Amino acid sequence: MTAYALTDSWTMTRRELARWARQPVQLVVNLIFPVMLLLMFGYLIGGGRGVNGEYRDYLIPGMLALTMAFGLEGTMIAVTRDLDKGVIDRFRSMPMADGAVLVGRSAADMLQSAMALVVLIGVGAALGWRVHGGPVAFLGAVGLLLLFRFAMLWIGIYLALVAGKPEMVQAVQILVWPIGFLSNALALPDTMPGWLGTVVEWNPMSHTATAVRDLFGTPGAESGHVGAALVWPLALLAVFFPLAVRRFGRLSR
Amino acid sequence: MADTAITVDGAEKRYGGKKALDGLDLRVARGTVHGVLGPNGAGKTTLVRVLSTLLRPDAGRIEVSGHDVVREAYAVRLRIGLLGQHAALDEELGGRQNLELFGRLHHLGARRARARADELLERFDLADTGRKAVRQYSGGMRRRLDLAASLITEPEVLFLDEPTTGLDPRGRAEVWDSVRSLVGGGTTVLLTTQYLEEADQLADRISVVDAGRVIAEGTADELKAETGGDRIDVVLREAGQLGAAVALLPLTGVTVDTDRRLLSAPVTDRMEALSGVVRALQEAGIEAEDVALRRPTLDEVFLHLTGDDRRVKEAA
Repeated sequence: MTAYALTDSWTMTRRELARWARQPVQLVVNLIFPVMLLLMFGYLIGGGRGVNGEYRDYLIPGMLALTMAFGLEGTMIAVTRDLDKGVIDRFRSMPMADGAVLVGRSAADMLQSAMALVVLIGVGAALGWRVHGGPVAFLGAVGLLLLFRFAMLWIGIYLALVAGKPEMVQAVQILVWPIGFLSNALALPDTMPGWLGTVVEWNPMSHTATAVRDLFGTPGAESGHVGAALVWPLALLAVFFPLAVRRFGRLSR
Repeated sequence: MADTAITVDGAEKRYGGKKALDGLDLRVARGTVHGVLGPNGAGKTTLVRVLSTLLRPDAGRIEVSGHDVVREAYAVRLRIGLLGQHAALDEELGGRQNLELFGRLHHLGARRARARADELLERFDLADTGRKAVRQYSGGMRRRLDLAASLITEPEVLFLDEPTTGLDPRGRAEVWDSVRSLVGGGTTVLLTTQYLEEADQLADRISVVDAGRVIAEGTADELKAETGGDRIDVVLREAGQLGAAVALLPLTGVTVDTDRRLLSAPVTDRMEALSGVVRALQEAGIEAEDVALRRPTLDEVFLHLTGDDRRVKEAA
């Protein structure tokens, strides 16, 4: 069984790659969506501040973190779809390695999120945004973003297994958006009413966004959040990874 | 036993307070098609899920191809194929891609998985549509592909859970043909269905399941014989006269279908019953459209066994 753990996980990952190849438009839309949000917030809502200078430097790391948070939805949609179609039952009735279904899902989602980061960073660079930190700090920032995405991924798998039906995903979407926006991704907590600012500073995503700004050497970025940006996703993983694995095992209950 | 493909002794499974399986027993001989017939909620799907290692039973000894479904789940999975109630396929991928995916997950290796996919597409008459996304398939095609996917490794035991539910008559005929063609190959098939005709057409033996247990078992003919011999059907011109006819006719155990203006009863002596009914109707001046003798249908066996015929009578 375990001898096939790698092969089966790779087969499951390849399944997602084959889906992308079948539906390139869907993949492109998924990758373009964060870019659209960036432009929308930069030009429309950012208004006078525009996409130049200080606000742009503030916004891009925020959008990167927000994109990782929104990845949760994609994970949920994919898992509930397979559950609902009975595809997961078929996998479970086959002599596959135990974890391959979830590992394949993780690998494909992480790959897509990494691609989304590349696209968004590329668009940022095209808008004139520059990283001021060194290459090691840059890679550290990307690592923190992917770590946050990895935590979101397992929360997504867990919620999908609890919800079971694709229709339930909408309910979660309605929650993900405000949680995503109740962070410092788009605006400084100082500019918010006191209580709201406190909530926003507590949001794990805010730590990731702040730490990323710091590592990118964004002028005026707060420092000292890298620790929290590591600890929060790891804590979420410590809770949701075992919950998701247990829940998957409980499909046989 | 070598010639028993499926052994179920006292299977129990609860969901909350509800018993989905309540001491179910079953033996299926190798190389046969066994029908599991029952109304919705009788426990058919739960049984298939337990047999295919998807669900853990609460109690009972359950073996498939000589392996315990709980302790030797992996050994069972190597030997079974499963066709669930809904086509379990990746809708965005093509037919060939689906079969290749499942072949690889059965560890056939890339080349054999590809060859097997081609073979199955050919066999299920899907070779022309192998590249199309499954999303664009018709219901019958999708079901055939689903069936092909459950046959990747030529399983010793194949589970079909309501294989034709939701299909149009043509799709149903397609699936029936496919199942029949399998039987020659020595595969043991366990088929659940709500359609008596399906069990009648495909199964060597039938277990009638209700409330999580087997309430009758035998060949279709044995089950029909159990309900009684021949029946007489009388269709009246006026539904309003059904009550009067039931009171008047020399018959017992009469069931009434008001919509079809039909009354039906078991008979022992065919000719005596026929002449008696015709005479009694003429004397009472009740007009009949049709009077006919026939063998019981499996439907009647089913309703009789599950106790639904009493409800029909009370309602009438």
